[in-house]
Amino acid sequence: MAYSKKVVDHYENPRNVGTLDKEDESVGTGLVGAPACGDVMRLQIRVNPETEVVEEAKFKTFGCGSAIASSSLVTEWVKGKTIDEAMALENSQIVEELNLPPVKIHCSVLAEDAIKSAIADFRKKQAARKGETGPAEGESANSAE
Amino acid sequence: MAPKLPIYMDNAATTPVDPRVVETMLPYFTERFGNAASRNHHFGWVAEEAVDYAREQVAQVIGARSEKEIVFTSGATESDNLAIKGIANFYKSKGNHIITCKAEHKAVLDTCKRLERSGFDVTYLSPQQDGRVTPEQVKEALTDKTILVSLMLVNNEIGSQNPIREIGEVTRAAGVLLHCDATQGIGKVDFDAQRDNVDLASLSAHKMYGPKGVGALYVSRSKPRVRIVAEMDGGGHERGMRSGTLNVPGIVGFGRAAELARQEWKQDTERLEALRARLHGRITDALEEVHLNGAEAPHRAPGILNLSFAFVEGEALMMAIKDVAVSSGSACTSASLEPSYVLRALGVDEELAHSSIRFGLGKFNTEEEVDYVAALVIEQVERLRAMSPLYEMHKEGIDLSTIEWTAH
Repeated sequence: MAYSKKVVDHYENPRNVGTLDKEDESVGTGLVGAPACGDVMRLQIRVNPETEVVEEAKFKTFGCGSAIASSSLVTEWVKGKTIDEAMALENSQIVEELNLPPVKIHCSVLAEDAIKSAIADFRKKQAARKGETGPAEGESANSAE
Repeated sequence: MAPKLPIYMDNAATTPVDPRVVETMLPYFTERFGNAASRNHHFGWVAEEAVDYAREQVAQVIGARSEKEIVFTSGATESDNLAIKGIANFYKSKGNHIITCKAEHKAVLDTCKRLERSGFDVTYLSPQQDGRVTPEQVKEALTDKTILVSLMLVNNEIGSQNPIREIGEVTRAAGVLLHCDATQGIGKVDFDAQRDNVDLASLSAHKMYGPKGVGALYVSRSKPRVRIVAEMDGGGHERGMRSGTLNVPGIVGFGRAAELARQEWKQDTERLEALRARLHGRITDALEEVHLNGAEAPHRAPGILNLSFAFVEGEALMMAIKDVAVSSGSACTSASLEPSYVLRALGVDEELAHSSIRFGLGKFNTEEEVDYVAALVIEQVERLRAMSPLYEMHKEGIDLSTIEWTAH
């Protein structure tokens, strides 16, 4: 199977590989997938609590080249976006950008799950923090499996 | 010094044809092109003579009593089909039970599955953790309805070698026929059909430096005289067991490859053992958490090295070493999204099955190539582990089995 140039580029020069402190209140962490299935993605975002803009995004992925490329691409895309904008990301955009074949679509689904799960984690932390000072706002955490 | 790229290290998939084999084949495409079944002119006689000579060469490499025990086919898949269906259909009045193993090649497993749909009972033995089946397992599975045991000589994915000789003692004592898919073992390990009490054996030319599209089935003619029902109807070639015009150039090449294997296998094997040990040693000296799939030496073929690189996905690693041709048991390399059934049959963790790479060393590989591949694998595994969340967790001392994963 031949990979698209963009997959190869992200695979060979992955953007934003790394780890953020998951205990930090401004950091949201999404860990999705399972080793037995052959892919695990961990995507982390650091969000400005005032503006809700994603200031930093990092990933680590266990998976095939397309899984690595999908997560690398997502970290690039969400940086500078508000979390509401990031929440609107859909896997079909990843499929299109990376030109993924049908057998690799699950990689893009996983990347979408990962960013949504990271945002949910951040919102949960923020809600908990606000909960300490006042009544909690509407629980909007969308627990992407 | 960097060797010439790309490097071929997938010799369990197929081998290049030995130039000496090509040379022997060439005249049979042009001036000696006759049909071996043309009994009434010179062209036919020349072709028939060449086929008979090759038949002897192949008979010798597997320890057959006579060249008449060799049936030429299109390859090992056809040989496996012919052997198992041929025996099942001929001996069905005697019994309907067949014994095989979960780690066999699909040509054997899918043939058995088809027979199950027409009333045969098949026992699929689970291999030991090292990929081998024991004679005791075979003995315990025998029933008074058993007509055939089909077990491979060497496993194509992991290189483990079954104790065929000891299994042959069990089947012989029980009066049950033994078929052995010897495709991966001929020219690599010690095998002798007569001595090992093997009644039928499948072979393929392209796994032993011969051409693709040609193989053979050994069918014992005495003690016992094995009978099979043919799959293909037609001109009654190969004593009625396999109709179809003989692939004369392919058969001539197969014969030559068999002769070279018989003459040179011991020295080739010694060299491959050393190369495999070197590759394995370099990798495990530099990297932690690398697991060998399959049996330790000497219960293995010399050229196959199947390793799982924990925390790294196999296809991603293959992509990282794209100038080196290897294969992987990772699901991502197959359309099914299931990791290797062979590794799962061994009880290898699914995660490690996804992380497996098969290196298939052959007689044309060099020490320089091995060193280059070892260094590249080490570098790339380190790179991929640096971006693996699982490796990070492992380093933090987190037991991955305690985490609730969200399977998707």
